[in-house]
Amino acid sequence: MARTDTICALSSGALPSAIALVRLSGPHVRRLAEAHLFHGCPPPREARLVRVFDPTGASIDEGIAIFYESPASYTGEDMLEVSLHGGPAIVSAVIETFTAHRDVRLAEPGEFTRRALEAGKLDLTEAEAVVDLIEAETRVQREQALRQLDGEMSGTIASWRTALIDALAMIEVAVDFPDEEDAPDFTHGPALERLRPLQIALKEQLGAHQIGEQVRDGFKIAVIGQPNAGKSSLINALYGKDAAIVTDIPGTTRDVIEIRMDLGGHLVRVFDTAGLRETTDPIEQEGVRRARRSAAEADLRLLVFDASQPWAGEARQMIDSLKTEDLVILNKIDLVGANPDRPVSRETVAVSTKTGEGVDSLTDRLAGRIADKVSGAPPALITRARHRAVLEKADDSLAAAINGLQASGPAELIAEDVRRAVSHLDALVGRIDVEDVLGAIFSRFCIGK
Amino acid sequence: MSNSFDVIIVGGGHAGCEAAAASARLGARTALITHKRSTIGEMSCNPAIGGLGKGHLVREIDALDGVMGRVADQSGIQFRMLNRSKGPAVWGPRAQIDRDLYRAAMQREMAEQTNLDIIEDGVEDLILDSSERVAGVIGQTGTEYRAHAVVITTGTFLKGMIHIGDRRIPAGRAGEAPAVALSDRLYGLDLPMARLKTGTPARLDGRTIDWAACEMQPADDHPIPFSQMTDEIRVPQIACGISFTTPETHAVISDNIEQSAVYSGAIDGVGPRYCPSIEDKVHRFADRDRHQIFLEPEGLSTDTVYPNGISTSLPEAIQDAFLKTIPALEAAKVLQYGYAIEYDYVDPRALDAGLQLKSVPGLFLAGQINGTTGYEEAAAQGLVAGLNAARLAGGDEAVRFDRAEAYIGVLIDDLVTRGVTEPYRMFTSRAEYRLMLRADNADQRLTERGESLGLVGASRAKLFHVKRESLRAAHARLQDLRLSPRAAKEAGWHVNQDGRVRTAFDYLAFPDIGFDDLVGVWPELGEVDETIQEQVSIEAQYAGYIARQQADVDAMRRDEQLQLPADLDYGRVGGLSNEVRGKLERIRPQTIGQAARIEGVTPGALTALLGHVRRGVGRAKQA
Repeated sequence: MARTDTICALSSGALPSAIALVRLSGPHVRRLAEAHLFHGCPPPREARLVRVFDPTGASIDEGIAIFYESPASYTGEDMLEVSLHGGPAIVSAVIETFTAHRDVRLAEPGEFTRRALEAGKLDLTEAEAVVDLIEAETRVQREQALRQLDGEMSGTIASWRTALIDALAMIEVAVDFPDEEDAPDFTHGPALERLRPLQIALKEQLGAHQIGEQVRDGFKIAVIGQPNAGKSSLINALYGKDAAIVTDIPGTTRDVIEIRMDLGGHLVRVFDTAGLRETTDPIEQEGVRRARRSAAEADLRLLVFDASQPWAGEARQMIDSLKTEDLVILNKIDLVGANPDRPVSRETVAVSTKTGEGVDSLTDRLAGRIADKVSGAPPALITRARHRAVLEKADDSLAAAINGLQASGPAELIAEDVRRAVSHLDALVGRIDVEDVLGAIFSRFCIGK
Repeated sequence: MSNSFDVIIVGGGHAGCEAAAASARLGARTALITHKRSTIGEMSCNPAIGGLGKGHLVREIDALDGVMGRVADQSGIQFRMLNRSKGPAVWGPRAQIDRDLYRAAMQREMAEQTNLDIIEDGVEDLILDSSERVAGVIGQTGTEYRAHAVVITTGTFLKGMIHIGDRRIPAGRAGEAPAVALSDRLYGLDLPMARLKTGTPARLDGRTIDWAACEMQPADDHPIPFSQMTDEIRVPQIACGISFTTPETHAVISDNIEQSAVYSGAIDGVGPRYCPSIEDKVHRFADRDRHQIFLEPEGLSTDTVYPNGISTSLPEAIQDAFLKTIPALEAAKVLQYGYAIEYDYVDPRALDAGLQLKSVPGLFLAGQINGTTGYEEAAAQGLVAGLNAARLAGGDEAVRFDRAEAYIGVLIDDLVTRGVTEPYRMFTSRAEYRLMLRADNADQRLTERGESLGLVGASRAKLFHVKRESLRAAHARLQDLRLSPRAAKEAGWHVNQDGRVRTAFDYLAFPDIGFDDLVGVWPELGEVDETIQEQVSIEAQYAGYIARQQADVDAMRRDEQLQLPADLDYGRVGGLSNEVRGKLERIRPQTIGQAARIEGVTPGALTALLGHVRRGVGRAKQA
C-alpha cells in the first residue's frame, strides 16, 4: 500500500458529545501513533487506553485507541481509531495535531469508503449500501442496507452472470466449432433453458423494485382534499406534534410540506398539500398544481373530507380518481357524530383530529398496508433508481436474446444480445462505467465514512 | 553481400515470411535468416488455412497487402466457407492446402519481394549494444549480421522436444534440429518463459485408405478466394473423407493410455483445450462412442493424408493398433507417426502492442514463440512485428490496431494484456465487436490504413478505391429510394403498416427482404455489381446492432486515448492491492483501456490509476 497521503477525520456525529471518534488511514498512521500516543502505536486490533499528545508534548486527552494493520482494515491501509471525549476543543486539537504533519490532511466526504472501494474491499453496490446504512432512519431500511452490504445483490448478480455466460458459451461453441462433430450443434433449447429462469428472476426483481426503493426512499403518502378539510391537522395528529402549519384560513398550505415518520419500522414520508379548488390566485394555483403532482407521485393517498360540511359536487369526482390502496378520511366527526352518513363505496376512516378519535385506527391501517406491500414481495435487491435502470436494460437484452432463440434467429445476433445483458449486469456491480456513478455516490457521504 | 540491414527476420515460417514481406514493403532493407531456404513456407501441422476467426485474420492480412491469402489462393485444393448457415459476421473462409504448392508459391513471393535478402544460416546469438539495444544477430559460423531491429519467429524451435511414447527427440519439428543456443540466449535476457505443447497425428499413405468406406466432403461449388487480388481459384478442387473412431479404438487407447507422453507425466507444457489429442478425447469424454476424423489429402501430387482429429503421442505400435480399428484405415500405412512437441515460449505480456520486447529495445517476437498456435495467428503477428520493426528502423512510432478495427488488434491485445495459459488460437467469440469485424469487410476496415502506412501496393490500392466508390454510390442510392409500407405490402413484403416511409436500405435490413426483392421494386438497382450487392446487404442486416455497438467502441477508444506513462511508478499509486500492483508492473499497460482488460484489475484500482495519472497531469501543467 503505497498511497502518499494519510487522511484524518472526525467519524462520529456532531459535537459536543460523550465520545468522539477520530479516524486515520494511510501510510503514516503508524508513525503518527508513535509520535502522539503515550506508549506509541498499540499492537494491531487491541484496544488500549492511551494519552494523546500535541506537537509540544502537552497532553490533549485520554482515550481508547485501536490500530488496524494493512491490509486487514476497512480501507485496506494502516488505520488508527481513537475514541476521545467529545469536546470540540479536544477534537480540533487532536485533528490539528495530526494534520500538522506533511502528507496528512483532512479526509474528503466519503474518502474512507472510496479508499475501501479502490482497494477492492467493497464493490459498488456494497459501497452504496454503506451510504444507505448510515442514512437508514428505520429498522427495515437498516436491514435492507445490511443485506446489500453483505453482498446479497453482488451474489445474485454473480449467479445471473454465470447463467448468462453459460448460455453464451452454448451459443458460441456452435459458432466457433461448426465443423466439429464433438461440439454440440447449435440447438436453441439448452440456451433457452438457461435464460428463461433468469428472465423470470429478473422480472420478479423488477416487479419488486418498487418495494426496495420505497423502503430506501420511504413510502410516500400524500394527504389531499378540499381547502380546510383538515389535512394539516390530520398530519399533526399522525405525527403527534405541530409540524405542519395549521390555521383556519383556507389555502394556508400553499407549498407541499413533508413530514418523515417511522411507522412500524418503515420510513413514511407524509406530504401535506394545498387544498384542491378552483382559484384565480396565481400563488394558490401553483400550490394546487404541486398538490396534484405530489398526489400522483405518492405510493398512497389520503383523501380528506370535512364531515361537517355539505357534500361538495366535485367530491364524487375526487373519490373516483383514487387508486385501490388509497383511503378516504372523514374528518371532524366530533362535530357530526362517529358515523357520518356519506355514500362512499370504498374504505373510509372516520377521525377527529381535534379529539384524536380514530387516529390510532388510521395509523394501524397505514402500517398494515405498508407491511402487506413488503411481505408480499420477494426480498428486494433493487434499492436505487440506478439499479432499476440498468436491470431494465439487461431485461431488454435478455428478452431480445430469448426472442431470437425462440425464432431460431442468427446465432451471432443472439450472442450479441446475451453479451449486452452481461455488460449491463457488470455495470451494476461496477465492473465498467464506474466513473459516472462514483462521483454521485461519494458526493453523498458525510465526512469520516 | 553486405551483412548490414535495417531489419533482420529470424525464421522462415508463417510469421517470418509475413514479417519479412511487411518490412520490405515498407522499404526497409530486410534480411530473412533461416536454416534452410527450402523449408520457407513449410506447413508443419495441418495443411489448411483459414477457419473461424482464422479466416478473418487471413482476410485482414490480405487487406494490408500481406502474402498469406494470395499464396493460399494459389495452393488451396478444397475451399469451403464455414458457417454458411449462420450470419455473414461469422462466416469463416477455409481451404485445405497442397503443401508443396504453398511452399513453392511462398518461396516465389519471397524471392520476388524487393528489398528482401534471404540468408541460409542458423541464428545462435543476439548482438546487443552498450545500451542493451539489439544491434543484430550472430550466425552458426560466427557471421555477424547487423540491423536496427530484429524479429524472432522461431515457432516451436526453442528447446523443441518431440515425444512419442516414452521417447524424447530434441527437434523443432520432425527431422529438424531445435534452436537451443538462441533459446538459452533469450533465457539470459531474463524474459519470462515457460513451456507449451501441441500435437500432430500420424501421416498416412492415401493409397492404403479405403476411400469407398468414407463419407466424402466436397469443396464448395464456387470457391471464394481469400485475397481481393485473386479473381478466381484455378487449382483443381478435391474432396476430403470423413471417418470415425470406434469403441475398439477407444479400448486400445484406454488400455495403453499410461504410455502416452501426455499421460505419463513426461510433458510439463500445457496443451490446447480446443485441439485435444485422441488420448484426451477418449479420457475426458468417456461417454462418447466415436469421434470424427477428417481425412485430408496433403496435396494433388502426393499420397500423404493428414487424419485430422487423432493427434497422439502414443508409441508407434499403439498408433498402428488403434488405426486398424478405424473404418477405412484398417490397412492404412503410416508414413510418419504422430507426436507431441513441447517448446519454449515467451510470456507475451513482456511485449508492447507493437510486439517489441519492453525490456530489449529493437527486439520483436512473433508467432508461436509468443504462445499462439496456428499459421494465421503467426502470420498476423509477423505482419505487425515486421511493420513495426521497419518503422523503428526508420525512426517512426510503433503502430497498433485496436479491438474494434481488426482481429489482428484483438489477437495482439489479448496476448500482451492477458498472456496465455494454453496455446492461443483465434475464435470469433474473442472479438467483442465481431459484427463489425467481418471477413467480408476486411478491406474496408484496413486497406486505407495500410496504404497510409506504406504497406499496400499501388495495384491493390487502386482496386480498393474503385470498390469503395462503388459501395458509397450503392449506399447513397439505397438511402435515396423510398417506399411507403403500403407500397411495400403491394410488393409482397411483410412490414409493419405503421405509415413510416422507409428507404431501400431500411427494407434491406428485414430478414426476409433481399437485394433481389429490391430489384423487383426498383429495376435500376439490377445494375449494382453483385459483390457490392452482397456487401450492402450484409451491412443493412447488421446496421441496428452495429449502431448500438458504436457507443461501446467510442467508450473503448476514449479509454485507449488515456495513455499511461511507460515509466509510471505503480508504487506511488495509492489504493492498489499488492496483487494488482504486481500485475500492472509486469504488464505495464500502455493505456487505461488496456489496464482495464487485465484480469483482476478492479474498477476501484482503475479509478485509483486514473486519479493518479490525472493528478500527475494537473501537476505537470502547473509546473
